[in-house]
Order: sequence, then C-alpha cells, then structure tokens
Amino acid sequence: MLDKNGIAKRIAQEVKNGYYVNLGIGIPTLVANFVRDDIAVEFQSENGILGMGPFPYEGEEDADLINAGKQTITALPGASFFDSATSFGMIRGQHVDLTILGAMEVAENGDIANWKIPGKMVKGMGGAMDLVASAQNIIVAMMHTNKAGQSKLLKKCSLPLTGVGCVTKIVTNLAVIEVTPAGFKLLERAPGVSVEEIQKATEGKLIIEGDIPEMKI
Amino acid sequence: MINKTVANVQEALAGVKDGMTFMLGGFGLSGIPENAIAELVAKNIKEITCISNNAGVDDFGLGLLLKKNQIKKMISSYVGENAEFERQMLSGELEVELTPQGTLAAKCQAAQQGFPAIYTPAGYGTEVALNKETRMFDGKMYVLEEAYKADFAFVKAWKGDEAGNLIFKGTARNFNPNMCGAAKITVVEVEELVPAGELDPNQIHIPGIFVQRIFQGERYEKRIEQRTVRQK
Repeated sequence: MLDKNGIAKRIAQEVKNGYYVNLGIGIPTLVANFVRDDIAVEFQSENGILGMGPFPYEGEEDADLINAGKQTITALPGASFFDSATSFGMIRGQHVDLTILGAMEVAENGDIANWKIPGKMVKGMGGAMDLVASAQNIIVAMMHTNKAGQSKLLKKCSLPLTGVGCVTKIVTNLAVIEVTPAGFKLLERAPGVSVEEIQKATEGKLIIEGDIPEMKI
Repeated sequence: MINKTVANVQEALAGVKDGMTFMLGGFGLSGIPENAIAELVAKNIKEITCISNNAGVDDFGLGLLLKKNQIKKMISSYVGENAEFERQMLSGELEVELTPQGTLAAKCQAAQQGFPAIYTPAGYGTEVALNKETRMFDGKMYVLEEAYKADFAFVKAWKGDEAGNLIFKGTARNFNPNMCGAAKITVVEVEELVPAGELDPNQIHIPGIFVQRIFQGERYEKRIEQRTVRQK
C-alpha cells in the first residue's frame, strides 16, 4: 500500500518531457518533488504563474509571489506572470497538458466531486470546475477509501459534482486505474496489494483483464 | 495626457454609496486594494455586493467589511479561509454566489470588453449551471454566463502613472487587470505613482483608458497568508 508520497511518486511517472502541468492542493502538490530532473516540465499555478519553483528560503518570502494554495513560492528562470483571465484561457484553451487534482469521489463514468459537502463544507470550487471541464488529461490523486472506510470509486457520485465525464486516470494508495467507457479499468496494483483487496475497496464497476502488474516505484 | 490622478483615497472613493456592487482585485490577500477596503470600512458603506475571488481572512482584507456586516452578498470562487464568513453564510445573514474561478475572471473580462455574455464549459452538469442556458459547440456542452455589472472596480497595481497606465507585480496581478474598465468607475491604488513619461509604454499591462481614478496608496501591509519556506 502507498502513502501520500508514494501516490505522488507514481503520478510523477505520468509527467512527460515538455509538459505544462497544473497541480492541485494536497497530494498533487507533492508530485513536483518526484518529477525526473532530466526532463523539461513547467508547473502552472492558476492564480497567475508558469514556471513555479520551490518555496523561498527563509527571509526571501514575497507577498506578491504565491501559488493557488496561497503559499509563498519562487519563480524559476523562464517563468512568467499573467492575469486570471489569461491563466484560465490557458486552461480552457487546452494549452495545459496535464491536470492533477484531489477528489472526494470519482464515478465509473469519470464524474468527479471534490468541492462541497452539503451542510458541512462549503468553501467553494476555486479553479477546479474550470480545470476539469477543459483539461484533456486529468489524473486524480486520492486515497481509495474515505476515513469511514467507504469506497471513493463509485458507480455514481453522491456529492455535488465538480465536472462530468472528465477524469482519465486515478492513482490511489491501492491502484492505478484508467477510466474507460466500460468502467474503471485496473492497470496496476500498489506494492503488496492484491486484486481482491482492490476489488473490495471499489464500489464502481472494476474491469480486471489478465495479470495485473505491480507498480514500479 | 489625460490626468487620472486624485489626491487621496477619500477623493478616489467619492460617489460610493450603500447598496452598490463593487469588484475587488486580489487572490487571497495578494494584490488586494488595501486602501480602498480601509476607506469602505471608514465610510461604513452598507449592503455591499462584492465580486472578489476570495473573502479575505477574519481580520484582514474583505474580512474587515464582513466583521462590520457591511456586505450583503459575496460573489467568489473560494471562501475557505474565513470563519466569520462561514458563520454569516450558514446563518443566512450573507448571500453567497459561488462561481468557478475562470468563469469569474471571464465575466469581469467580458464586462471590460463589451461582451454581454460568454460560453464556458466550466460547471456544465453541476449545480453552477442550474437555470442557465447551455449550448453545444463541436460536440461539447457550454454554459452561458453573463458579464458582471458593477458600480466601482477597486484595483491594486504595483506602479502607475498620471495617465492611469498600470504595471502589476508577480502574482499580485491576478484579477486586477481583468477588473479595470469592467465597472462604471475604476479606482486604482498603486505602490508607486509616477509622472507620465516615466513608465516604458512597452511595459504597460493596462492602458489608462480603462482607469478613471488613480492614487498613491499608503501603509501597505501586504500580509502573507501561508508562509512556506525551505532551509538553506
């Protein structure tokens, strides 16, 4: 079974040379730590920067230089700043190659819910609805089950949706899964996790074809 | 040169009244019009509708207006950092319209550029699209979103000149340029106001035509919401 860093490490393998990548808050943010350093990748933060770098050294924090999580960051050589309309133009216009974000629920048809728990958590969707409505390549990073042990990979989302039919891949602590027109297709198992365990933790339709390899991390 | 300068924040906010709709630039606490917010608090303007991506924190930014119950309605994409906001929303004192961030920027930009509405795929199939017109283009569904209508836009820029030309800094740019010229009156506060001719016209982010009033801001706190650092 993987921890959060393990999930991020596996997703980092999906980041290819020449990609512009948008990382959501939480596990997705960790992905930047594991991207190979022999490939050229630029991270976009939707509040208005391409070429986002690591956190600044102590004493060098700048209130005018933050990411979408409102954390202080740095800008790498080749970085650029832009306004919000331009930023979402990049996203809507499908110029960003890969979007990685967290989710509370994903349905077998690719629907995603990650912004609202009615009566409980109402913080807003931020840029998530724009990202999932436009990106062609969306990877969800999340735990396979919630804190109560219930599956987060469902036949149908129970929470208010963020977007419909948009998720292409899911990487959890248990598995790598592709979202296909026929349902969740199991691609890889996390180290030490059996197909049966994955099946048990997946409420939606799980397609298992042939031998399922273990992830290479 | 058409001079857009006003002497101070009091002059800049002349004509602001209860019940008006304001656009306010900023993302989180970065690039917020600190001087204009302070003056709205001082003038005790009530029943405000705010179009702003976020709602500040409890004791800074728009949180200062919330605390004094000056805001009637918030139009935002993310309001998660403010406990007082959550309390007023759940008790029904505050009306809230949550809008996807890119849609919020586009609705400001549409107002700036004279489009009555735009189509966006964001929110299609979700509660955001309820009771809105939808339409298919090239096999994909889009939601019709109308341009905002606002009385004042309060914008913060890094540098500006007497003609109202603006330059923004870093990610403090965010919604600020998209709100210029998107309201009946655009009021800009800058960290550094310079005479016309001092800024390189090649480097201007927003031309002065989108600005009605510009003034030298004072006492910027520029608070950091999440201070994250690494060790040397």
